[in-house]
Amino acid sequence: MEWFMWFTRFENTKPLALLIFFTVFCGILVYLFGSKKRGKRLESYKNMPFLDDDQDNKNRNNKDVQS
Amino acid sequence: MATSSIAFSEQYNYDVIRKFTIMAMVWAAVGMLVGVYIASELAFPILNFDIPYITFGRLRPVHTGAVIFGFGGSALFATSYYIVQRTCQARLFGGVKAANFTFWGWQSIIVLAALGDVLGYSQGWEYAEMEWPIDLLIAVVWVVYGVIFIGTIMKRKEPHIYVANWFYMAFILATALLHIFHNLVIPVSLTKSYPLFAGVQDAMMQWWYGHNAVGFFLTAAFLGMMYYFVPKQAGRPVYSYRLSVVHFWAISFLYMWAGTHHLHWTAIPDWTSTLAATFSIMLLLPSWGGMINGIMTLSGAWDKLRTDPIMRFLIVALSFYGMSTFEGPMMSLKDVNALSHYTDWTVGHVHSGALGWVAMISFGSLYHMIPRLWNTTVYNEKLINVHFWLATIGILLYIVSMWISGIMQGLMWRAFDDFGNLQYSFAESVAAMHPYYAMRALGGAFFLTGMLVMCYNMTKTIRKSTAVAIGSAAVPA
Repeated sequence: MEWFMWFTRFENTKPLALLIFFTVFCGILVYLFGSKKRGKRLESYKNMPFLDDDQDNKNRNNKDVQS
Repeated sequence: MATSSIAFSEQYNYDVIRKFTIMAMVWAAVGMLVGVYIASELAFPILNFDIPYITFGRLRPVHTGAVIFGFGGSALFATSYYIVQRTCQARLFGGVKAANFTFWGWQSIIVLAALGDVLGYSQGWEYAEMEWPIDLLIAVVWVVYGVIFIGTIMKRKEPHIYVANWFYMAFILATALLHIFHNLVIPVSLTKSYPLFAGVQDAMMQWWYGHNAVGFFLTAAFLGMMYYFVPKQAGRPVYSYRLSVVHFWAISFLYMWAGTHHLHWTAIPDWTSTLAATFSIMLLLPSWGGMINGIMTLSGAWDKLRTDPIMRFLIVALSFYGMSTFEGPMMSLKDVNALSHYTDWTVGHVHSGALGWVAMISFGSLYHMIPRLWNTTVYNEKLINVHFWLATIGILLYIVSMWISGIMQGLMWRAFDDFGNLQYSFAESVAAMHPYYAMRALGGAFFLTGMLVMCYNMTKTIRKSTAVAIGSAAVPA
């Protein structure tokens, strides 16, 4: 268990944490902006709040038919 | 009209959203009224009337509890249930009973907390005054809320989870963590308990909880509201979806480390102070990225700001989000904090976030949602504009008075005379605050009046819808 003590020293864990978090951050950026195809797909999700607009219209049409 | 409303009610659970929406407005009015009263007590102490139940110390947590958990919490329950159902195209998981349990449970918590505050039962922690039986009830209601929300996402008909739901999920998970670990206490009776942590650890836990309550309850969750209602009201999608994803992960990661900036220049280890300040400064980047993303959603349709008062609420809310997320990191710098801490500057900063960001984004969202929930139109559009200006003037009066008062306090407390003695006594600094305390109470009164206008306008809107529904039911086929 002696190796475990390595993690108790700030001079070790600080650069390790920096390395992990910075890599994850870069990974997120590469995922989001690294591929045009994926970027296009991700940007298409921005229209999700308007899905219910179709539902609104359907309901409105149903109402017209029933009346 | 009635048919459309029935169709939506069958597809989604709107009943619980309507109930939370009404209570959000009720708690806003009650909480702001108490706020104006305690602000007046500070300006005119005679208003204490020597009655212990209405002193500042007891009414202040009633105010914060009613506005944060009553108004803010109910608005978040309502909007999260609305957004998750509509973006997942799925009815709330768990059925009507589970949803109603969260409603009645949450309202009971607010009432019990207020009663406890007035009667003098308190754990002594800011924003967590409730004693352990109420804390247990909060935990149960919150877990049920989490199960309903995540369960609804799991049975969604859409393949993707919209970004607003990610923000709400972070808010639900983080609040559960914060609430449970911060409230680890040893009960000694039904109304008294002792904390598990003591001294510096207790202070660190308090501000880990307190600052992340701001970060996840009052910021992340309302960002979820923003990412749905700003595009909906603008009639165009958010400026950059990918930027919203960066915003989400950066906010979620950075906020957790910043709490200790509330404890600068105290007995805590110095490195924790520096760490918190560093993360606070880093928070500026995602915060402003999110603000710009929200505001740029209106790109190409800026004229809506002239014609649509609801849009005005939403965009001004984002402007205040930007302003307070600049001011916060600046105040977290140790040298700035040496001047600002323990002064009214902090109170002004909190209210620029609470009134400018949280309340304004909620008003805009509720104004958008209410006519759709009751399948009607707004009773009087002009009154929304009246509300907007009353609220804006109120916030400005509040913040400006607290800036002047706070900076003056800080400067008076650190002023020395030629012999190295303190130049002013504490009482002299209190006397100097008086005109600004009166100005703050006036600002609060403006904001409260705007809220009452909203209550009137929305009551009329809901009644109009009910009258139409009854009218159409009475017409023979």
